[in-house]
Amino acid sequence: MFWDIDHETMDRSALERIQLERLQQTVRRLANRVPFYKMKLAEAGVTPDDIKSLDDLRRLPFTTNADLRDNYPTGLLAVDLDNVMRLHTSSGTTGKPKAIFFSAGDINRAADLIARCFIMTGVRKGDVFQNMMTYGLFTGALVMHYGAEKVGCLVIPAGPGNSERQLLLMRDFRTTVIHLTPSYALYFAGFLEKNGVDPKRDLALRRAFVGAEPHTEETRLKIQESLGIEVYNSYGLSEMNGPGVAFECIHKTGMHLWEDHYLMEIVDPQTGEPLPEGATGELVLTTLTREAMPLLRYRTRDVTSIIPGKCPCGRTHRRINRITGRTDDMLIVRGVNIYPQQIERVLMAMPGLGHNYLITLSGLDEMTVKVELAEAAFDGNVEHLVQLQNQIVEKLRAEILVKPKVELVQPGTLPVSEGKAKRVIDQRVL
Amino acid sequence: MNAIRLVAVFAENKPGQTARVTRILADAHVNIRWTTIANSGSFGVLKFLVDNCDLACQCLREKGLMVSTLRALAVEVPDKPGTLNAVAESLAAEQINLDNTSGFVANNKAILIIETHDLERARAVLEQKGWRVLSEAELLNI
Repeated sequence: MFWDIDHETMDRSALERIQLERLQQTVRRLANRVPFYKMKLAEAGVTPDDIKSLDDLRRLPFTTNADLRDNYPTGLLAVDLDNVMRLHTSSGTTGKPKAIFFSAGDINRAADLIARCFIMTGVRKGDVFQNMMTYGLFTGALVMHYGAEKVGCLVIPAGPGNSERQLLLMRDFRTTVIHLTPSYALYFAGFLEKNGVDPKRDLALRRAFVGAEPHTEETRLKIQESLGIEVYNSYGLSEMNGPGVAFECIHKTGMHLWEDHYLMEIVDPQTGEPLPEGATGELVLTTLTREAMPLLRYRTRDVTSIIPGKCPCGRTHRRINRITGRTDDMLIVRGVNIYPQQIERVLMAMPGLGHNYLITLSGLDEMTVKVELAEAAFDGNVEHLVQLQNQIVEKLRAEILVKPKVELVQPGTLPVSEGKAKRVIDQRVL
Repeated sequence: MNAIRLVAVFAENKPGQTARVTRILADAHVNIRWTTIANSGSFGVLKFLVDNCDLACQCLREKGLMVSTLRALAVEVPDKPGTLNAVAESLAAEQINLDNTSGFVANNKAILIIETHDLERARAVLEQKGWRVLSEAELLNI
Protein backbone atom coordinates (compact mmCIF):
# COMPACT_ATOMS: atom_id res chain seq x y z
CA MET A 1 0.00 0.00 0.00
CA PHE A 2 2.79 2.43 0.93
CA TRP A 3 6.45 2.70 0.00
CA ASP A 4 7.26 5.26 2.67
CA ILE A 5 4.27 5.35 5.00
CA ASP A 6 5.88 7.78 7.45
CA HIS A 7 6.40 10.47 4.88
CA GLU A 8 3.36 9.74 2.74
CA THR A 9 0.87 9.99 5.61
CA MET A 10 2.74 12.52 7.72
CA ASP A 11 0.37 14.97 9.40
CA ARG A 12 0.26 18.39 7.79
CA SER A 13 2.02 20.30 10.57
CA ALA A 14 4.98 17.92 10.59
CA LEU A 15 5.06 18.04 6.80
CA GLU A 16 5.09 21.81 6.86
CA ARG A 17 7.93 21.83 9.39
CA ILE A 18 10.01 19.69 7.04
CA GLN A 19 9.06 21.91 4.11
CA LEU A 20 10.19 25.06 5.90
CA GLU A 21 13.45 23.50 7.04
CA ARG A 22 14.21 22.28 3.54
CA LEU A 23 13.21 25.58 1.94
CA GLN A 24 15.54 27.46 4.26
CA GLN A 25 18.42 25.13 3.40
CA THR A 26 17.67 25.45 -0.31
CA VAL A 27 17.62 29.25 -0.27
CA ARG A 28 20.84 29.36 1.75
CA ARG A 29 22.65 27.03 -0.63
CA LEU A 30 21.47 28.95 -3.67
CA ALA A 31 22.50 32.31 -2.18
CA ASN A 32 25.95 30.91 -1.49
CA ARG A 33 26.59 28.84 -4.56
CA VAL A 34 24.65 30.10 -7.56
CA PRO A 35 25.51 33.66 -8.70
CA PHE A 36 22.26 33.90 -10.67
CA TYR A 37 20.17 33.28 -7.54
CA LYS A 38 22.44 35.45 -5.41
CA MET A 39 21.64 38.30 -7.77
CA LYS A 40 17.92 37.49 -7.98
CA LEU A 41 17.58 37.31 -4.19
CA ALA A 42 19.42 40.62 -3.83
CA GLU A 43 17.11 42.20 -6.40
CA ALA A 44 14.09 40.91 -4.47
CA GLY A 45 15.63 42.23 -1.24
CA VAL A 46 15.50 38.84 0.47
CA THR A 47 18.21 37.13 2.46
CA PRO A 48 18.11 33.47 3.54
CA ASP A 49 17.46 34.64 7.11
CA ASP A 50 14.23 36.30 6.00
CA ILE A 51 12.60 32.93 5.33
CA LYS A 52 10.92 32.36 8.66
CA SER A 53 7.69 30.70 7.58
CA LEU A 54 6.25 29.09 4.48
CA ASP A 55 4.36 32.33 3.84
CA ASP A 56 7.71 33.94 3.10
CA LEU A 57 7.87 31.78 -0.01
CA ARG A 58 6.01 34.47 -1.91
CA ARG A 59 8.86 36.92 -1.28
CA LEU A 60 11.21 34.74 -3.29
CA PRO A 61 11.81 35.44 -6.97
CA PHE A 62 10.31 33.27 -9.71
CA THR A 63 12.47 31.15 -11.99
CA THR A 64 11.31 30.91 -15.60
CA ASN A 65 11.89 28.82 -18.63
CA ALA A 66 13.97 31.71 -20.03
CA ASP A 67 16.19 31.73 -16.92
CA LEU A 68 17.05 28.09 -17.55
CA ARG A 69 17.93 28.83 -21.16
CA ASP A 70 19.92 31.96 -20.32
CA ASN A 71 21.96 30.02 -17.78
CA TYR A 72 22.69 27.17 -20.16
CA PRO A 73 24.88 25.14 -19.84
CA THR A 74 26.02 25.20 -16.21
CA GLY A 75 24.86 28.53 -14.77
CA LEU A 76 22.34 27.05 -12.34
CA LEU A 77 24.57 24.31 -11.00
CA ALA A 78 24.82 24.34 -7.18
CA VAL A 79 27.49 21.64 -6.87
CA ASP A 80 30.82 21.06 -8.58
CA LEU A 81 30.57 19.22 -11.87
CA ASP A 82 32.53 16.38 -10.21
CA ASN A 83 29.48 15.72 -8.10
CA VAL A 84 27.03 15.59 -10.99
CA MET A 85 26.12 12.09 -12.01
CA ARG A 86 23.79 12.72 -14.89
CA LEU A 87 22.68 15.33 -17.39
CA HIS A 88 19.23 15.42 -18.92
CA THR A 89 17.80 18.07 -21.18
CA SER A 90 14.24 19.25 -21.53
CA SER A 91 12.24 17.70 -24.33
CA GLY A 92 10.51 19.04 -27.35
CA THR A 93 11.48 22.67 -27.66
CA THR A 94 13.65 24.11 -30.37
CA GLY A 95 16.83 26.12 -30.02
CA LYS A 96 18.94 25.87 -26.88
CA PRO A 97 17.87 23.06 -24.56
CA LYS A 98 17.46 23.38 -20.81
CA ALA A 99 20.15 21.44 -18.97
CA ILE A 100 19.02 19.52 -15.89
CA PHE A 101 21.68 18.06 -13.58
CA PHE A 102 21.34 15.19 -11.12
CA SER A 103 23.69 14.27 -8.29
CA ALA A 104 23.80 10.66 -7.08
CA GLY A 105 21.45 11.68 -4.28
CA ASP A 106 19.08 13.38 -6.73
CA ILE A 107 18.79 10.23 -8.82
CA ASN A 108 18.18 8.17 -5.72
CA ARG A 109 15.48 10.53 -4.44
CA ALA A 110 13.75 10.75 -7.83
CA ALA A 111 13.70 6.94 -8.01
CA ASP A 112 12.34 6.81 -4.48
CA LEU A 113 9.41 9.03 -5.45
CA ILE A 114 8.69 6.80 -8.43
CA ALA A 115 8.70 3.82 -6.08
CA ARG A 116 6.03 5.60 -4.02
CA CYS A 117 3.99 6.09 -7.20
CA PHE A 118 4.30 2.46 -8.27
CA ILE A 119 3.34 1.04 -4.88
CA MET A 120 0.51 3.58 -4.60
CA THR A 121 -1.12 2.12 -7.73
CA GLY A 122 -0.66 -1.47 -6.60
CA VAL A 123 2.54 -2.44 -8.42
CA ARG A 124 4.75 -4.86 -6.45
CA LYS A 125 7.94 -6.87 -6.70
CA GLY A 126 7.08 -9.61 -9.17
CA ASP A 127 5.44 -7.22 -11.61
CA VAL A 128 6.96 -6.98 -15.08
CA PHE A 129 7.40 -3.38 -16.14
CA GLN A 130 7.74 -2.64 -19.86
CA ASN A 131 8.98 0.91 -20.27
CA MET A 132 7.71 2.17 -23.63
CA MET A 133 8.99 5.75 -23.25
CA THR A 134 12.00 7.29 -24.95
CA TYR A 135 15.32 6.55 -23.28
CA GLY A 136 17.99 9.19 -23.66
CA LEU A 137 18.18 12.87 -22.86
CA PHE A 138 14.48 12.89 -22.03
CA THR A 139 13.88 12.17 -18.32
CA GLY A 140 10.65 10.22 -18.86
CA ALA A 141 11.99 6.71 -19.32
CA LEU A 142 15.14 6.64 -17.19
CA VAL A 143 13.67 8.08 -14.00
CA MET A 144 10.78 5.60 -14.14
CA HIS A 145 13.27 2.82 -14.89
CA TYR A 146 15.23 3.50 -11.70
CA GLY A 147 12.06 3.68 -9.62
CA ALA A 148 10.78 0.38 -11.01
CA GLU A 149 14.06 -1.28 -10.11
CA LYS A 150 13.74 0.00 -6.56
CA VAL A 151 10.34 -1.62 -6.27
CA GLY A 152 11.84 -4.86 -7.52
CA CYS A 153 10.02 -5.15 -10.82
CA LEU A 154 11.52 -6.97 -13.75
CA VAL A 155 12.22 -4.00 -16.00
CA ILE A 156 12.09 -4.26 -19.78
CA PRO A 157 13.65 -1.09 -21.25
CA ALA A 158 11.77 -1.42 -24.51
CA GLY A 159 11.66 2.25 -25.49
CA PRO A 160 8.87 3.50 -27.76
CA GLY A 161 7.77 2.27 -31.17
CA ASN A 162 8.26 -1.05 -32.97
CA SER A 163 4.89 -2.39 -31.93
CA GLU A 164 5.61 -5.93 -33.18
CA ARG A 165 8.54 -6.18 -30.80
CA GLN A 166 6.55 -4.59 -27.96
CA LEU A 167 3.92 -7.25 -28.42
CA LEU A 168 6.49 -10.03 -28.57
CA LEU A 169 8.07 -8.89 -25.29
CA MET A 170 4.69 -8.42 -23.68
CA ARG A 171 3.58 -11.91 -24.59
CA ASP A 172 6.76 -13.80 -23.87
CA PHE A 173 7.60 -12.11 -20.57
CA ARG A 174 4.03 -11.64 -19.35
CA THR A 175 4.31 -7.86 -18.93
CA THR A 176 1.93 -6.53 -16.28
CA VAL A 177 2.69 -2.78 -16.27
CA ILE A 178 3.44 -0.44 -19.13
CA HIS A 179 4.55 3.18 -19.24
CA LEU A 180 3.85 5.16 -22.39
CA THR A 181 2.34 8.31 -23.85
CA PRO A 182 -1.45 8.39 -24.20
CA SER A 183 -1.19 8.78 -27.97
CA TYR A 184 1.01 5.70 -28.26
CA ALA A 185 -1.37 3.79 -25.97
CA LEU A 186 -4.24 4.52 -28.35
CA TYR A 187 -2.14 3.61 -31.35
CA PHE A 188 -0.97 0.40 -29.71
CA ALA A 189 -4.53 -0.62 -28.84
CA GLY A 190 -5.39 -0.21 -32.52
CA PHE A 191 -2.34 -2.25 -33.47
CA LEU A 192 -3.41 -5.12 -31.21
CA GLU A 193 -6.89 -5.10 -32.68
CA LYS A 194 -5.56 -5.14 -36.23
CA ASN A 195 -3.41 -8.14 -35.35
CA GLY A 196 -6.23 -10.04 -33.73
CA VAL A 197 -4.78 -9.78 -30.24
CA ASP A 198 -7.29 -9.57 -27.43
CA PRO A 199 -5.32 -8.05 -24.54
CA LYS A 200 -7.65 -9.53 -21.92
CA ARG A 201 -7.29 -13.03 -23.33
CA ASP A 202 -3.76 -13.03 -24.72
CA LEU A 203 -1.77 -10.69 -22.48
CA ALA A 204 -1.12 -10.25 -18.75
CA LEU A 205 -1.38 -6.44 -18.73
CA ARG A 206 -2.98 -4.93 -15.65
CA ARG A 207 -1.84 -1.31 -15.45
CA ALA A 208 -0.59 1.53 -17.59
CA PHE A 209 1.09 4.73 -16.54
CA VAL A 210 0.48 7.45 -19.06
CA GLY A 211 2.18 10.79 -19.13
CA ALA A 212 4.31 13.32 -21.01
CA GLU A 213 1.31 14.59 -22.98
CA PRO A 214 -1.75 16.37 -21.65
CA HIS A 215 -4.82 14.26 -22.24
CA THR A 216 -8.46 14.19 -21.29
CA GLU A 217 -10.48 11.87 -19.09
CA GLU A 218 -12.16 10.57 -22.29
CA THR A 219 -8.77 9.45 -23.56
CA ARG A 220 -8.04 7.63 -20.30
CA LEU A 221 -11.34 5.77 -20.47
CA LYS A 222 -10.71 4.86 -24.09
CA ILE A 223 -7.29 3.38 -23.22
CA GLN A 224 -8.69 1.52 -20.22
CA GLU A 225 -11.45 0.02 -22.27
CA SER A 226 -9.41 -0.91 -25.32
CA LEU A 227 -6.59 -2.53 -23.34
CA GLY A 228 -8.72 -3.84 -20.47
CA ILE A 229 -6.44 -2.31 -17.83
CA GLU A 230 -6.29 0.39 -15.18
CA VAL A 231 -4.73 3.61 -16.44
CA TYR A 232 -3.08 6.07 -14.05
CA ASN A 233 -2.28 9.66 -14.86
CA SER A 234 1.10 11.04 -13.89
CA TYR A 235 2.65 14.48 -13.84
CA GLY A 236 6.23 15.57 -14.06
CA LEU A 237 8.60 17.80 -15.94
CA SER A 238 12.28 17.58 -16.67
CA GLU A 239 12.95 20.74 -14.68
CA MET A 240 11.60 18.88 -11.61
CA ASN A 241 13.43 15.56 -12.14
CA GLY A 242 10.98 14.29 -14.72
CA PRO A 243 8.07 11.98 -13.97
CA GLY A 244 6.80 11.23 -10.49
CA VAL A 245 6.26 14.77 -9.23
CA ALA A 246 2.59 13.90 -8.85
CA PHE A 247 0.77 10.63 -9.47
CA GLU A 248 -2.67 9.15 -9.07
CA CYS A 249 -3.44 6.62 -6.37
CA ILE A 250 -6.00 3.84 -6.88
CA HIS A 251 -8.85 6.28 -6.27
CA LYS A 252 -7.93 8.26 -9.41
CA THR A 253 -9.22 11.51 -7.98
CA GLY A 254 -6.34 13.80 -8.85
CA MET A 255 -2.58 13.34 -8.56
CA HIS A 256 -0.82 13.39 -5.17
CA LEU A 257 2.06 15.84 -5.41
CA TRP A 258 4.98 14.83 -3.17
CA GLU A 259 5.05 17.84 -0.92
CA ASP A 260 8.06 16.81 1.15
CA HIS A 261 10.15 17.20 -2.03
CA TYR A 262 8.33 19.96 -3.87
CA LEU A 263 6.57 23.08 -2.63
CA MET A 264 3.58 23.88 -4.77
CA GLU A 265 1.74 27.09 -5.38
CA ILE A 266 -0.98 28.05 -7.82
CA VAL A 267 -0.53 31.59 -9.13
CA ASP A 268 -2.31 33.93 -11.47
CA PRO A 269 -0.33 33.51 -14.71
CA GLN A 270 -0.60 37.21 -15.51
CA THR A 271 0.20 38.80 -12.17
CA GLY A 272 2.12 36.02 -10.45
CA GLU A 273 -0.05 36.50 -7.35
CA PRO A 274 -0.67 33.28 -5.38
CA LEU A 275 -4.24 32.01 -5.65
CA PRO A 276 -6.27 30.28 -2.91
CA GLU A 277 -6.59 26.49 -2.73
CA GLY A 278 -9.04 25.22 -5.31
CA ALA A 279 -8.54 28.08 -7.76
CA THR A 280 -7.26 27.31 -11.23
CA GLY A 281 -3.97 28.88 -12.27
CA GLU A 282 -0.36 28.20 -13.07
CA LEU A 283 1.47 25.56 -11.06
CA VAL A 284 4.67 26.91 -9.50
CA LEU A 285 7.13 24.45 -7.95
CA THR A 286 10.13 24.84 -5.67
CA THR A 287 12.50 21.93 -5.20
CA LEU A 288 13.12 21.09 -1.56
CA THR A 289 15.64 18.28 -1.71
CA ARG A 290 17.56 18.77 -4.91
CA GLU A 291 21.34 19.05 -4.60
CA ALA A 292 22.71 19.57 -8.08
CA MET A 293 20.21 22.08 -9.37
CA PRO A 294 17.67 23.45 -6.92
CA LEU A 295 15.06 25.77 -8.43
CA LEU A 296 13.02 28.41 -6.66
CA ARG A 297 9.40 29.02 -7.62
CA TYR A 298 9.73 27.55 -11.08
CA ARG A 299 6.92 28.66 -13.40
CA THR A 300 5.80 25.34 -14.92
CA ARG A 301 3.32 27.07 -17.28
CA ASP A 302 0.99 24.14 -16.57
CA VAL A 303 -2.54 25.09 -15.64
CA THR A 304 -4.22 23.14 -12.85
CA SER A 305 -5.73 23.52 -9.40
CA ILE A 306 -5.18 22.02 -5.97
CA ILE A 307 -7.97 19.69 -4.89
CA PRO A 308 -9.07 20.60 -1.38
CA GLY A 309 -9.80 17.87 1.13
CA LYS A 310 -8.44 14.48 2.07
CA CYS A 311 -8.03 11.46 -0.14
CA PRO A 312 -9.46 8.16 1.13
CA CYS A 313 -6.07 6.51 0.53
CA GLY A 314 -4.73 8.22 3.64
CA ARG A 315 -1.94 10.19 2.02
CA THR A 316 -1.68 13.72 3.33
CA HIS A 317 0.07 15.11 0.27
CA ARG A 318 -2.42 17.26 -1.59
CA ARG A 319 -3.66 16.39 -5.05
CA ILE A 320 -3.64 18.43 -8.23
CA ASN A 321 -6.12 18.14 -11.04
CA ARG A 322 -5.38 16.92 -14.53
CA ILE A 323 -3.39 19.59 -16.44
CA THR A 324 -5.89 21.54 -18.50
CA GLY A 325 -3.54 23.74 -20.49
CA ARG A 326 -0.28 25.62 -20.71
CA THR A 327 -0.11 29.28 -19.78
CA ASP A 328 2.19 30.02 -22.67
CA ASP A 329 -0.44 28.48 -24.93
CA MET A 330 -3.17 30.73 -23.60
CA LEU A 331 -4.55 33.12 -26.18
CA ILE A 332 -6.44 36.28 -25.48
CA VAL A 333 -8.82 36.92 -28.33
CA ARG A 334 -11.26 39.82 -28.13
CA GLY A 335 -10.62 39.90 -24.40
CA VAL A 336 -11.46 36.24 -23.87
CA ASN A 337 -8.90 33.77 -22.49
CA ILE A 338 -8.74 30.71 -24.71
CA TYR A 339 -6.64 27.57 -24.44
CA PRO A 340 -5.91 25.66 -27.65
CA GLN A 341 -6.89 22.50 -25.74
CA GLN A 342 -10.48 23.74 -25.65
CA ILE A 343 -10.47 23.96 -29.42
CA GLU A 344 -8.82 20.56 -29.68
CA ARG A 345 -11.48 18.95 -27.50
CA VAL A 346 -14.25 20.26 -29.76
CA LEU A 347 -12.51 19.17 -32.96
CA MET A 348 -11.58 15.71 -31.71
CA ALA A 349 -15.16 15.01 -30.68
CA MET A 350 -16.58 15.75 -34.14
CA PRO A 351 -16.99 13.10 -36.79
CA GLY A 352 -15.63 13.83 -40.25
CA LEU A 353 -12.46 15.51 -39.06
CA GLY A 354 -8.86 14.35 -38.91
CA HIS A 355 -6.43 14.81 -36.02
CA ASN A 356 -4.57 17.87 -37.25
CA TYR A 357 -5.50 21.50 -36.84
CA LEU A 358 -3.90 24.94 -36.83
CA ILE A 359 -5.09 28.11 -35.14
CA THR A 360 -4.09 31.39 -36.77
CA LEU A 361 -4.63 34.80 -35.22
CA SER A 362 -4.37 37.70 -37.58
CA GLY A 363 -5.39 41.29 -38.24
CA LEU A 364 -7.40 42.70 -35.38
CA ASP A 365 -8.17 39.66 -33.27
CA GLU A 366 -9.44 37.45 -36.07
CA MET A 367 -9.21 33.76 -35.31
CA THR A 368 -9.02 31.19 -38.07
CA VAL A 369 -9.08 27.49 -37.30
CA LYS A 370 -7.84 25.25 -40.08
CA VAL A 371 -8.75 21.64 -39.64
CA GLU A 372 -8.01 18.61 -41.75
CA LEU A 373 -10.95 16.63 -43.04
CA ALA A 374 -11.13 12.90 -42.55
CA GLU A 375 -10.77 11.09 -45.87
CA ALA A 376 -14.11 9.37 -45.42
CA ALA A 377 -15.98 12.63 -44.89
CA PHE A 378 -15.63 13.76 -48.50
CA ASP A 379 -18.46 12.67 -50.74
CA GLY A 380 -17.92 15.28 -53.44
CA ASN A 381 -20.79 17.40 -52.17
CA VAL A 382 -20.01 21.05 -51.41
CA GLU A 383 -23.19 21.42 -49.39
CA HIS A 384 -22.18 18.73 -46.93
CA LEU A 385 -18.83 20.38 -46.40
CA VAL A 386 -20.49 23.73 -45.78
CA GLN A 387 -22.80 22.12 -43.22
CA LEU A 388 -19.85 20.51 -41.46
CA GLN A 389 -18.00 23.81 -41.45
CA ASN A 390 -20.98 25.63 -39.93
CA GLN A 391 -21.35 22.98 -37.24
CA ILE A 392 -17.70 23.39 -36.26
CA VAL A 393 -18.09 27.17 -36.05
CA GLU A 394 -21.13 26.81 -33.80
CA LYS A 395 -19.56 24.23 -31.48
CA LEU A 396 -16.38 26.29 -31.16
CA ARG A 397 -18.33 29.45 -30.46
CA ALA A 398 -20.23 27.66 -27.69
CA GLU A 399 -16.95 26.47 -26.14
CA ILE A 400 -14.65 29.48 -26.44
CA LEU A 401 -17.23 32.29 -26.69
CA VAL A 402 -15.52 33.74 -29.73
CA LYS A 403 -16.73 33.03 -33.24
CA PRO A 404 -13.80 31.80 -35.29
CA LYS A 405 -13.48 31.39 -39.01
CA VAL A 406 -13.18 27.72 -39.87
CA GLU A 407 -11.38 26.42 -42.93
CA LEU A 408 -11.55 22.80 -43.95
CA VAL A 409 -8.35 21.56 -45.50
CA GLN A 410 -7.17 18.40 -47.13
CA PRO A 411 -5.67 15.63 -44.95
CA GLY A 412 -1.90 15.79 -44.72
CA THR A 413 -1.54 19.48 -45.54
CA LEU A 414 -1.06 20.92 -42.05
CA PRO A 415 2.27 20.65 -40.24
CA VAL A 416 2.58 17.16 -38.76
CA SER A 417 2.53 16.85 -35.01
CA GLU A 418 5.69 15.24 -33.67
CA GLY A 419 5.43 15.45 -29.94
CA LYS A 420 4.89 19.11 -29.28
CA ALA A 421 3.26 20.40 -32.40
CA LYS A 422 2.95 24.02 -33.44
CA ARG A 423 -0.77 24.59 -33.19
CA VAL A 424 -0.94 28.36 -32.98
CA ILE A 425 0.37 31.08 -35.26
CA ASP A 426 -0.09 34.60 -33.98
CA GLN A 427 0.22 37.23 -36.70
CA ARG A 428 -1.81 39.93 -35.00
CA VAL A 429 -0.65 43.50 -35.30
CA LEU A 430 -1.94 45.04 -32.10
CA MET B 1 -28.70 1.80 -64.76
CA ASN B 2 -27.31 4.39 -67.10
CA ALA B 3 -25.55 6.64 -64.62
CA ILE B 4 -22.25 8.31 -65.38
CA ARG B 5 -19.41 8.79 -62.92
CA LEU B 6 -17.93 12.17 -62.14
CA VAL B 7 -14.63 12.62 -60.34
CA ALA B 8 -14.92 15.10 -57.46
CA VAL B 9 -11.77 16.59 -55.95
CA PHE B 10 -11.51 18.69 -52.80
CA ALA B 11 -9.30 21.77 -53.11
CA GLU B 12 -8.52 24.79 -51.05
CA ASN B 13 -9.64 28.02 -52.62
CA LYS B 14 -6.28 29.56 -53.40
CA PRO B 15 -4.24 30.22 -56.53
CA GLY B 16 -2.68 27.21 -58.18
CA GLN B 17 -5.06 24.54 -56.92
CA THR B 18 -6.84 23.92 -60.21
CA ALA B 19 -3.48 23.89 -61.97
CA ARG B 20 -2.19 21.33 -59.51
CA VAL B 21 -5.12 18.99 -59.96
CA THR B 22 -5.24 19.27 -63.73
CA ARG B 23 -1.48 18.80 -64.02
CA ILE B 24 -1.84 15.41 -62.34
CA LEU B 25 -4.55 14.46 -64.82
CA ALA B 26 -2.53 15.76 -67.76
CA ASP B 27 0.54 13.80 -66.69
CA ALA B 28 -1.57 10.65 -66.53
CA HIS B 29 -2.96 11.38 -70.04
CA VAL B 30 -6.46 11.53 -68.67
CA ASN B 31 -8.74 13.44 -71.00
CA ILE B 32 -11.16 15.84 -69.34
CA ARG B 33 -14.46 15.98 -71.25
CA TRP B 34 -16.38 18.26 -68.95
CA THR B 35 -15.69 20.17 -65.73
CA THR B 36 -17.20 22.50 -63.15
CA ILE B 37 -15.69 24.12 -60.10
CA ALA B 38 -17.88 25.02 -57.15
CA ASN B 39 -16.36 27.29 -54.52
CA SER B 40 -17.57 27.98 -51.04
CA GLY B 41 -15.39 30.38 -49.12
CA SER B 42 -12.09 28.76 -48.26
CA PHE B 43 -12.55 25.60 -50.26
CA GLY B 44 -14.07 24.25 -53.40
CA VAL B 45 -14.91 21.05 -55.19
CA LEU B 46 -13.69 20.40 -58.73
CA LYS B 47 -15.73 17.97 -60.76
CA PHE B 48 -14.65 16.23 -63.91
CA LEU B 49 -16.04 13.87 -66.49
CA VAL B 50 -13.01 12.00 -67.76
CA ASP B 51 -12.30 9.24 -70.23
CA ASN B 52 -10.77 7.05 -67.54
CA CYS B 53 -12.42 7.53 -64.18
CA ASP B 54 -10.52 4.81 -62.30
CA LEU B 55 -7.13 6.00 -63.50
CA ALA B 56 -7.97 9.61 -62.66
CA CYS B 57 -9.03 8.72 -59.11
CA GLN B 58 -5.97 6.58 -58.55
CA CYS B 59 -3.51 9.25 -59.74
CA LEU B 60 -5.14 12.00 -57.72
CA ARG B 61 -5.21 9.86 -54.56
CA GLU B 62 -1.58 8.93 -55.02
CA LYS B 63 -0.75 12.63 -54.94
CA GLY B 64 -2.58 12.98 -51.66
CA LEU B 65 -5.76 14.60 -52.91
CA MET B 66 -9.14 13.88 -51.46
CA VAL B 67 -11.23 12.29 -54.16
CA SER B 68 -14.72 10.94 -54.41
CA THR B 69 -16.83 9.70 -57.32
CA LEU B 70 -20.33 10.95 -57.90
CA ARG B 71 -23.10 9.41 -59.95
CA ALA B 72 -25.04 11.64 -62.29
CA LEU B 73 -27.39 11.38 -65.26
CA ALA B 74 -26.39 12.52 -68.73
CA VAL B 75 -29.48 13.25 -70.79
CA GLU B 76 -29.54 13.97 -74.48
CA VAL B 77 -32.22 16.56 -75.25
CA PRO B 78 -33.26 18.55 -78.35
CA ASP B 79 -31.21 21.71 -78.92
CA LYS B 80 -34.17 24.10 -79.07
CA PRO B 81 -35.97 26.71 -76.91
CA GLY B 82 -37.96 25.35 -73.97
CA THR B 83 -36.09 22.08 -73.54
CA LEU B 84 -34.52 22.77 -70.15
CA ASN B 85 -37.85 24.07 -68.96
CA ALA B 86 -39.58 20.89 -70.09
CA VAL B 87 -37.03 18.77 -68.23
CA ALA B 88 -37.32 20.87 -65.10
CA GLU B 89 -41.12 20.81 -65.20
CA SER B 90 -41.31 17.08 -65.57
CA LEU B 91 -38.92 16.47 -62.66
CA ALA B 92 -40.69 19.07 -60.53
CA ALA B 93 -43.99 17.32 -61.17
CA GLU B 94 -42.49 14.27 -59.46
CA GLN B 95 -41.04 16.32 -56.58
CA ILE B 96 -37.48 15.52 -57.67
CA ASN B 97 -34.97 18.13 -56.60
CA LEU B 98 -31.97 19.00 -58.77
CA ASP B 99 -28.75 19.33 -56.77
CA ASN B 100 -26.45 20.42 -59.55
CA THR B 101 -27.16 20.73 -63.20
CA SER B 102 -25.11 21.88 -66.13
CA GLY B 103 -25.43 21.59 -69.88
CA PHE B 104 -23.49 21.88 -73.08
CA VAL B 105 -23.88 21.35 -76.80
CA ALA B 106 -21.48 19.06 -78.63
CA ASN B 107 -21.73 17.86 -82.25
CA ASN B 108 -25.22 19.32 -82.49
CA LYS B 109 -26.34 17.34 -79.46
CA ALA B 110 -27.54 19.08 -76.32
CA ILE B 111 -26.49 17.27 -73.14
CA LEU B 112 -27.65 17.91 -69.60
CA ILE B 113 -25.64 16.59 -66.67
CA ILE B 114 -28.00 16.16 -63.74
CA GLU B 115 -27.04 15.45 -60.15
CA THR B 116 -29.88 14.53 -57.86
CA HIS B 117 -30.42 12.45 -54.73
CA ASP B 118 -33.01 10.47 -56.56
CA LEU B 119 -31.20 9.19 -59.64
CA GLU B 120 -33.40 6.16 -60.19
CA ARG B 121 -36.69 8.04 -60.22
CA ALA B 122 -35.24 10.91 -62.24
CA ARG B 123 -34.05 8.48 -64.90
CA ALA B 124 -37.48 6.84 -65.10
CA VAL B 125 -39.21 10.21 -65.50
CA LEU B 126 -36.80 11.39 -68.19
CA GLU B 127 -37.01 8.18 -70.18
CA GLN B 128 -40.76 8.14 -69.93
CA LYS B 129 -40.77 11.60 -71.51
CA GLY B 130 -38.72 10.21 -74.38
CA TRP B 131 -35.35 11.73 -73.58
CA ARG B 132 -32.38 9.45 -73.86
CA VAL B 133 -30.27 8.85 -70.74
CA LEU B 134 -26.74 8.12 -71.91
CA SER B 135 -24.33 5.61 -70.47
CA GLU B 136 -20.83 6.77 -69.61
CA ALA B 137 -19.46 5.13 -72.76
CA GLU B 138 -22.11 6.78 -74.92
CA LEU B 139 -21.45 10.18 -73.42
CA LEU B 140 -17.70 9.86 -73.92
CA ASN B 141 -18.22 8.98 -77.57
CA ILE B 142 -20.29 11.98 -78.50
